[in-house]
This record gives sequence, C-alpha cells and structure tokens, in this order.
Amino acid sequence: MINRKQAPAIKDAVDFDVLLKPYELFRLDNGIPVYVIRSDEQETLQLELVFPAGTWYEAENMVAAATNFLMKNGTSKHSALEINEMTEYYGAYLNRNCFHENATYTLHCLSKHTAALLPVLQEVIQDPVFPEEELAIYVQNMKQKLAVNLQKCEFVANRHIDKYLFGEFHPYGRVSSMMAYDALQTESLKAFYKKQYTYNNCKIFLAGNLPADMVPMLNRYFGGSEWNGQSHVLRPDLPILPAEEKKYRIFNDENGVQGAVRVARPFPNRYHPDFPKMLVLNTIFGGYFGSRLMSNIREEKGYTYGISSQIYNFRQAGGINIHTEAGRDVCEATLTEIYKEMERLQTEPVPEEELSLVRNYMIGSILGDLDGAFQVIQRWKNLILNDLDEQYFYNNVRTIKTITAAELQQLARQYYNREDFYELIVI
Amino acid sequence: MIHFNRFTLDNGLRVIVHEDATTPMAVVNVLYDVGSRDENPAQTGFAHLFEHLMFGGSINIPEYDEPLQMAGGENNAYTTSDLTNYYIELPAENIETAFWLESDRMLSLAFSEKSLDVQRKVVCEEFKEHYINKPYGDVWHKMRELAYASHPYRWMTIGKELSHIENARLDDVKSFFFRHYRPVNAILVVAGKVTTAQVKSLAEKWFGDIPSGEKHLRSLPEEPLQAAPHLLEVTGKVPLDALYKTYHIYPRKDQRYYTADLISDILGGGGSSRLHQALVKEKKLFSNIDCYHFGTVDAGLLTIEGKLVKGVQMKDAEKGIQEELDKLQQTVTPERELQKVKNRVESMLAFEDMSLLNRANNLAFYELLGDAALMNEEFDRYERVTTADVHREAQIIFSENNSNTIHYYAGNPA
Repeated sequence: MINRKQAPAIKDAVDFDVLLKPYELFRLDNGIPVYVIRSDEQETLQLELVFPAGTWYEAENMVAAATNFLMKNGTSKHSALEINEMTEYYGAYLNRNCFHENATYTLHCLSKHTAALLPVLQEVIQDPVFPEEELAIYVQNMKQKLAVNLQKCEFVANRHIDKYLFGEFHPYGRVSSMMAYDALQTESLKAFYKKQYTYNNCKIFLAGNLPADMVPMLNRYFGGSEWNGQSHVLRPDLPILPAEEKKYRIFNDENGVQGAVRVARPFPNRYHPDFPKMLVLNTIFGGYFGSRLMSNIREEKGYTYGISSQIYNFRQAGGINIHTEAGRDVCEATLTEIYKEMERLQTEPVPEEELSLVRNYMIGSILGDLDGAFQVIQRWKNLILNDLDEQYFYNNVRTIKTITAAELQQLARQYYNREDFYELIVI
Repeated sequence: MIHFNRFTLDNGLRVIVHEDATTPMAVVNVLYDVGSRDENPAQTGFAHLFEHLMFGGSINIPEYDEPLQMAGGENNAYTTSDLTNYYIELPAENIETAFWLESDRMLSLAFSEKSLDVQRKVVCEEFKEHYINKPYGDVWHKMRELAYASHPYRWMTIGKELSHIENARLDDVKSFFFRHYRPVNAILVVAGKVTTAQVKSLAEKWFGDIPSGEKHLRSLPEEPLQAAPHLLEVTGKVPLDALYKTYHIYPRKDQRYYTADLISDILGGGGSSRLHQALVKEKKLFSNIDCYHFGTVDAGLLTIEGKLVKGVQMKDAEKGIQEELDKLQQTVTPERELQKVKNRVESMLAFEDMSLLNRANNLAFYELLGDAALMNEEFDRYERVTTADVHREAQIIFSENNSNTIHYYAGNPA
C-alpha cells in the first residue's frame, strides 16, 4: 500500500537552472535591428514591429491609439477590406496594440505563407492613408463601446484609480472620453504617424520557424529604404500630479450587486533596487492563487470570486494596485481585510515554509513562461525595450531564490502603510 | 500530427500519454465526463460548484494547492455544459506530485462543511460578477431558455439562479462525487517531458487502487425539432439596443457540424467576414457584430449578435442580417471564400497545438468524444466541406422556423 499522506519528494526551485535562451541579432540594410528566437519544431511564425508610438507621445488624447488602429484600415493601394482579405486568406492574424510607451503591429502566420504576407505588412506600416470614412466609423464604434464599458464598475474603477495615482494629464492617468473621440482628426493621425512610425525608430522581434530566405525577404520589404523618413523621438519624463484626497466612494449603478474595490499607491519603476524584491512580496501578498489576499478574502470569507495585487511596470513610475470585485455589502469589510493583511506582513516575518513555497512557485512559473520561442522573444522584448539585458533577468531570478524573510518584512514596513494608499469603491 | 500512446488501467481509467522532449514542463490533465447537462433541473450550477469543492482538500491531503505550488506547479479547472476538466502544469521533474494530488481527490474528497459554505459564496460572487452586474449579462440565460425546450443546455453552466447554488447540501455533494468522479468516468492525459513507461508505472501506483465506480450512462431528453420561430423582447438597463439570433446546429461529431462551423467563419470570422463588412463597415447598422458557437458535444446554437448603432431601428438591423443570410442561401459561396475559412482553421489549429497545455486538453476532449485520434483528423473533416455543403446547410440552418431572436432594448440609453 502506498502512503497517500506522504508527499512525493520534489526537486526544489533553487536547484532549477533557469536559462534565458540568447537571441540572434541582425540588422537590415537600413539599420533596423531584428531580434530572433528560432524554433524549428513548429510550423508557425510571429513577427512584431515596435515603434515609440504609445500614448506617451500624443499631444491630443486618443491620437496614439487611433493612429495605431487605423493604419491597417486603408493604404494608397488597398482598402481596409482588401487588406483584411489579403491577410485572412492565409489564415494570418495581423494585430495591433497601443500601450503607454510603445505601439506594435504583430503578424502571426503559418511559416509557409510568410512570403505572401510581408508585402501586406509593408503597405500597412509604410503607406497608411487614414481615410476619413474609416475614422468616422472608428469614432462612432469606440464611443458605443465606451458607453457600454462605463456601466461596468470595474472599468470605472480602473480609470479612476490610475487618475489618482498619476494625475489625469499624465499618459498613465489619462482616460478615453466621448469628447476626445469626437475631437479626433485625420490630420493629427497622419502627423502622429509621420513622426513616430519612422524606419529609424523601428525594432523587429521575430520568433518561430523562419523560412530559409527570411533575412533577404525582410530586407526587401523593410530594409531597403528610409521609409517614412527619419525622426528624432525624445522621451522626457512628464510631471506626475497625484490626487490629494485618498479615499473615494462612487455610485455608478444604484442597483449594483457588487462593488469594484481598488487600493493603490505609487511605487518606484523597474530600475529601482526594491522592484525585484517587491515582485516577491507582492506574490506572497496577492500575486497567486495561494496568496494572503486570496486565502483570506476568497477562500476563508467568500467575499469575492478573485482578488489580486499587481505591480505596474511602467517606464517612468510604477504603482501597487490591489483589485477585486466583491459583494456590495462586503466591500468595506474587504478593505478592512486588505489592510489587516498588509499589517500582518509588517509585524510578522513570512514563515520559512511559505517563503519557500513562493520561491518554488515563482521559479516554476518562469520555467513555464519560457517554454516556447514566442514566450522567449516576449521576455527579450520587455528587456530590450526597457534598455535592459539578461543580467536584469538573472538578477530577478537570484532575488527570488535568495531574498530573506527579514528583507520582506522591511519592504512591507516601507511600502504597506495604509495611509500611503488611495482607496476606492465603485458600486 | 500529435503523437500519443494509450492504455487503460484495470479500474477503467483511460490514460493517454503525449511525449514531448522539447519542453522542461509536464501537464497532467484529468477530465471527468460530467457537465451541467447532467444536472437535475432543480439543482443547476452543481457541476461547476462541485469543481470549486475539488480544491477544498481530499481524503488524505488537507490542502490541494500548497504542495503543488511548492513543487513549482500551477493548476486550474473549468466546467462546461459537457465536461469538467482539471489541469496541472509543473516542472517535469516534479510530476509525481501531480499524480499524488489528482489521485487522492479521485479517491475521495474531505467533504468539509466549511469548504462548501465558502465556495457557495464564492460561486455566487462569480455569478454576480459575470451575469448580473454586467450590461447584457443575463442574455444567455434568456436565450438558452428561448432556444431549448427540453435539452439541459436550457440552463447555463453557472446555474439557472443563485438559489440553486445557495441551497446546495453536503449530501448532494457526496452523491454527485461518487456518481461521476470515478475512474471509469475519467480520462487522464499526461503530456510533456515524460515517457510512456514512466507514466504507466506512476498511473498504476497512484490511480490503480481506486475503486472503478459505475459508468454513468447518460440519457438526456432529446431536443425536438423547432417548429416555429421564437422571439423575445427585453428592455434592460443597458446603453445600446442589441440583437441576438441563434439557430440550432449539429452535434460535435456530425460532419455537418464542420460545415456549420465554417459558415460561422464566413459570416463572422475576422475583418473580411460578411457580416462585419456589410453591416458594420458598409451599412453602418451595427457597431460590432459577431458570429460564433460554443462547440458543444450535443447540438449547439449558431449565434449572431451585435449592438445597434444609435438611431438604427431594430427592424432595419434585423433586415440587414437577413439579407446576408439570404445571400448565403441563394448564392453558392465562392470557392476562394471557402478556402479562406479553411485556411483560417488550419492556422488556428497550428497555433493551438503550440501550447503543451492545449494539446493535453484537446487529447482529453477528443477521447471524451470517442477517440483521442480524432484530434488528428480534425482538419481533414474541415477540408471535406464543399461549397455545395455550405449552400445546402445555410438553407437548413437559417430557415425561419429554426431561429430564436432576442431584441434587447436600451432602457438606459447612452
């Protein structure tokens, strides 16, 4: 008979070698860097172009996102429909995303169709025309979407909490609005495109199974000319104006059966020595299923379906944000418990067993995250775009393996003081 | 092509092994052949509530999550109308921890009153978060009741109403467990950096002595052929009018299912799809429109849903959709358009197969359908669909009598 009460032996996290597979780097003829992780076992490919074209650089609200979205909706040669036809015929996905700092275009496709798809990607990136009609449809549909979202307590709460942390004029705290959509003009989009999506600001991240002639093909479509010209993009830090008042209660829906609870404070950015340590403390506090917040507020009290704490990793300044949707009549009780858990981390050292569990969990999760070329290039992208290298990654791994309970307690005393937190409930 | 080996333990537990030496990870996936379609109509939401209770400690192991996290693992589970699936992903070196945990909770649960009490509340909050406190959140409750007369797809997996969950008793939990959570009703898939010999010995060691249980024989009420169109008009606290239309399609294993799936892509798959192009871009009747279905084992619903542009009348929006359906019925779809949606499927399958976890989930699902090897035949079945099939099925599926419509009016206009 086996003894089912006895757990099988395990290999500990500290004994796992976590390796970040190195990338290959080559440059196109015009100087564009291409970072590559190959993987020949699969039939697929991912090609991502990144530009400094996030909300950081816009002079008018929503221009960055609209530009990013509408580049795909018409070139001098093809309509939005034709572009969609050309990509979708090959089962490819051409996605775009606009973040605070950067904006991206990503092609996912079967490797065998790469040659057919690169010309379409080239057009979208180098020759968008921003038709008036497409902007009008975009504005109308985004406004409708916003109207629906504004009825959701979590959406409203997310907008407010970032505004408190960074101020409504900072790109991290600025939010969409009907007015901002109405004010969008194709001229602003064209100007933004012209300035931010230039060849000398482009970086390419490539992963998967590459066709043999990938480099010459990339050169042909993206490396041969100074497409869209050169621009010099400056990125000065912008003033952060956090709110004075710390506590907020908002009624968005009188009949709401749940409230969105947010508790947040500013925190240094990823370049600060406390940042990697805080990733560990945050995991213990609210970063995984077995966290303090989940164990207490979901698994012990049943106030919510889920609660978690996240560390913002924005470039200029970070933040700690604890968020949950809880039953309407237990929102205040949820707040009390959140603060109680912060205090507990300040007054009692994390038990060795729990710390060891979190170390193992975090290393296991990094191992899982690095499984596959698409995931590895994603890690590299985050390092490269933040001017970091693999030493930063290995330093984080080392921190997970070696941080002590005393250091964590010190960190909690510094950063988990309730008077430093903004607190918000939206019902 | 996904390679796998298969064996069955003496107690009836089916085991599938998918070896992949390129990853440092392993996935252990346990699928139980029970979903919300197996529930008593007076106790809906039970299969899903039960999934939560599976994390509340088992007979020999008080805490499920802690030892797994200690072994560097992560886990989750989901319940659908057809099945309940549990999965673990962890470094392959620590795979035995997963066998230990999964086998103990198949052997028996701790059946704690406290766990039931808390998870009832957690599931009620889940219910509120997704289906009550969200604009249009109740529409699928209404649509299922409108579309199904007798099949248990009539209710949502989360449950028909909060009270069904609130009233769950520990005795119900126990009998549910011993009826459905037995080796004979389960499929174990192990994938990743493992060998079949290793899995065989671990499976025998940990699962071999669990009593087999009785095979649950399903006899669900058959859904009668719908004989007349159904219409429901609703006014809710939402900012925009919305239109939902569903049509009965085919069971998952029926070849006509594949035709229906491709039809949903022709209508709603991507920016070049017919509904988006005609109704969002050209006629500007909708601000968004989608066409999809849930891929259920028994016959599901092909769904078209969209939000109307402010100022557009419901009847005009509906007419817009009908015109597109008429075209599909009257004119044979061009070969190139059918090829496009097949290419889309080919690509989607390739991207799905990249993830070890997806491969393990899918092997379990196809084994539930009858044979894990079906996973490798999937694309062929799509390839077999012809433009004539699309033409014929469009006429059958989109017949007026097969339709269910909800006009969801904004009682709280933006």
